[in-house]
Amino acid sequence: MLSRTADHLYWMNRYTERAENTARMLNVNYETSLLPQSADVAQLGWQGVLSISELLPSYQALYGDITAQGVLEFMVKDEDNPSSIVSCLKAARENARAVRGTLTTEVWETQNQTWLELGRMLKSGAFERDPGQFFEWVKFRSHLSRGVTVGTMLMDEALHFMRLGTFLERADNTARLVDVKFHAVERDFYGTVNGKDQEYDFYHWSAILRSVSAFEIYRKVYRDVIRPERVAELLILRPDMPRSLHASLNEVVANLQLVSDDACSDTLRHAGRLRADLQFGRIDEILATGLHAFLTQFLDRVNTLGSRIGREFLLPAVN
Amino acid sequence: MQKFDEMYETLPMEGSPVREHYRTYAKWLSRQSAESMQARREEAEVIFRRVGITFAVYGAKDEDGAGAERLIPFDLIPRVIPAHEWRRMEQGLVQRVTALNRFLHDVYHDQEILKAGVIPAEQVLKNAQFRPEMMGVDVPNQLYSHISGIDIVRAPNARGEGEYYVLEDNLRVPSGVSYMLEDRKMMMRLFPELFSMHRVAPVAHYPDLLLETLRASSPATTAEPTVVVLTPGMHNSAYFEHAFLAQQMGVELVEGQDLFVKDDFVYMRTTRGPKRVDVIYRRVDDDFLDPQVFRPTSTLGCAGLMRAYRAGHVAICNAVGTGVADDKSIYPYVPKMIEFYLGEKPILSNVPTWMCREPDDLKYVLANLKELVVKEVHGAGGYGMLVGPAATAAEIEAFRQALLADPARYIAQPTLSLSSCPTFVDSGIAPRHIDLRPFVLSGKDVQMVPGGLTRVALKEGSLVVNSSQGGGTKDTWILEV
Repeated sequence: MLSRTADHLYWMNRYTERAENTARMLNVNYETSLLPQSADVAQLGWQGVLSISELLPSYQALYGDITAQGVLEFMVKDEDNPSSIVSCLKAARENARAVRGTLTTEVWETQNQTWLELGRMLKSGAFERDPGQFFEWVKFRSHLSRGVTVGTMLMDEALHFMRLGTFLERADNTARLVDVKFHAVERDFYGTVNGKDQEYDFYHWSAILRSVSAFEIYRKVYRDVIRPERVAELLILRPDMPRSLHASLNEVVANLQLVSDDACSDTLRHAGRLRADLQFGRIDEILATGLHAFLTQFLDRVNTLGSRIGREFLLPAVN
Repeated sequence: MQKFDEMYETLPMEGSPVREHYRTYAKWLSRQSAESMQARREEAEVIFRRVGITFAVYGAKDEDGAGAERLIPFDLIPRVIPAHEWRRMEQGLVQRVTALNRFLHDVYHDQEILKAGVIPAEQVLKNAQFRPEMMGVDVPNQLYSHISGIDIVRAPNARGEGEYYVLEDNLRVPSGVSYMLEDRKMMMRLFPELFSMHRVAPVAHYPDLLLETLRASSPATTAEPTVVVLTPGMHNSAYFEHAFLAQQMGVELVEGQDLFVKDDFVYMRTTRGPKRVDVIYRRVDDDFLDPQVFRPTSTLGCAGLMRAYRAGHVAICNAVGTGVADDKSIYPYVPKMIEFYLGEKPILSNVPTWMCREPDDLKYVLANLKELVVKEVHGAGGYGMLVGPAATAAEIEAFRQALLADPARYIAQPTLSLSSCPTFVDSGIAPRHIDLRPFVLSGKDVQMVPGGLTRVALKEGSLVVNSSQGGGTKDTWILEV
């Protein structure tokens, strides 16, 4: 397969996944903001959204004060913000268009339809009328795109590069989410005895869980009240939690093995080591050395892995 | 002036008898309500948009803000040609394209036709489309134009009968075949019942014939030649067609940056290292193919490509330098080529053409500008032309000055009364002028799918069918009556 084609496929899925995760995060924050809470807490939530994508400075330069409306506008509709939903879905569709001949008709039409409908929804004011429903729509289109890919594509390199994009992006996004949300709690990690704070904690942690569709999963797996260390464990280490770092890395390694001719490829070795740390790691160890430090390092390594994939497969040096 | 309609014996349409090959269709059409036809028009547009059958417009934004992508208007009423007419046209096309390929081989080798004085040598050798780089280069099967788009119109001849004329040969990178295929798919989707009522010759095997043609052009002895489609990229106006054909043939769609030349062989960069390329179906003009030989700033081609080509290590389809045979200044000589190379009488007629480089012709043209169509020799896409009867006095005067300044740049033809075909327009069904572009493939044999792309000038009275100038398309039926 052409390296350029692989590159487009990989980025098409990365952008689709990024749009979905942005919608998830915004949706949960939007729902939380409807709960009775102090203005400070609400603002902290919106600030968190910007921090996750490292967009706080560029937001402030354009919009000034952090308001719900400003952040939603910036993260959904602003075409000058490369991480906004509209920018991600546009990039996904442009990448798809560049390789439409490699995609099945169904996959291409799904991408194209998403883009056309997005234009209509934003123009008709559907997003402002009901942001919640709009975010559900973005998630649904991403589910559809993944499903139609697995359901119709030949199981060859093209599919593997697409899946690689999806799961590398997901590992990155989940790690950012966990990092920011845990960082936002400036108190002792294990909570407090104060009743009011306990109530706040419940909403804080359950919001994180719901943003990755893990609220019911948490109950099912732990059959216990929500405890932060278990939330961290679920989202980082559980191999059966579909949006966890461990599960994402499993898919990354599996798809890398499928596209790699060389069993001792450096890229594969790097991915394998990263996965092993998750496979054999324990949450108490991670917490003891510091969650933030762990996640920062994880994000660095995911980033390096992305560059290695780029160099080895997608944009090989001339001749 | 006499007018020909494809569907009606006479115009205006009201009260006219319907021509035989259209009778079943006309009866069916008369039973359709205006609402149901309108609904199908809208359905077609939604489907074209979703499938992304669009052409790019530079620097424009459509009303959805969806960027610079436009639909080519698609008309619901098919253009029908009876099978016996098509068979004759097909023979004429095979003959014409065979002669054009013989001509191209000749001008880049022994130049017998110039020595024989059939075509003035300077007409060919001083033509901007003549590529000295191709002199003496042997191409596989001595074929240059593998894919030829021949534009045909129907108009009254001297006896007042409808006759097919070749208006123009397109031997460089003719486009539009994807619309031929998509228009048929759309018609079958919207009106399945019509296809059970008519015996319409299928066209869907075109990509198969194209792949066969391209593989037959491979220079390598390998049993499995690697074929690629070379596109300028997704911002090119015909990008949809490039992607479509690559997908339908199951070959890679490459851009210049995906290719490189090493030791005079062409390779593409893949995820598993370099892979040899044997046949390039290029949709990039000659000028951009190889920055080492042609335009040095081009990033659309591949440096060293011509070296590999001349070494016989890769086939380029169509060959470099075919423009010298489809140039408007060469067009008037095609009937003579057919006689010279094949010893046959031309089956398809040329439109009578005055070459303004000839003093007598120029005199006649200047005296009759109001009746003639004047075309720039190197123009394309309906630009740079004067349609006398539709032009203002000022426009005619401007052309007169241009003609006097540089007569060799122009040819002139009578204003043909192009045939019309009933077409859906805002005011209902009305006759609009059409042409036809069959796609002729030259590989082991010269072959084509029945019919071609019918283009229609949607503006009332307009003779210009180009999509860049408000033209649309119709499905084309070759019909066993």
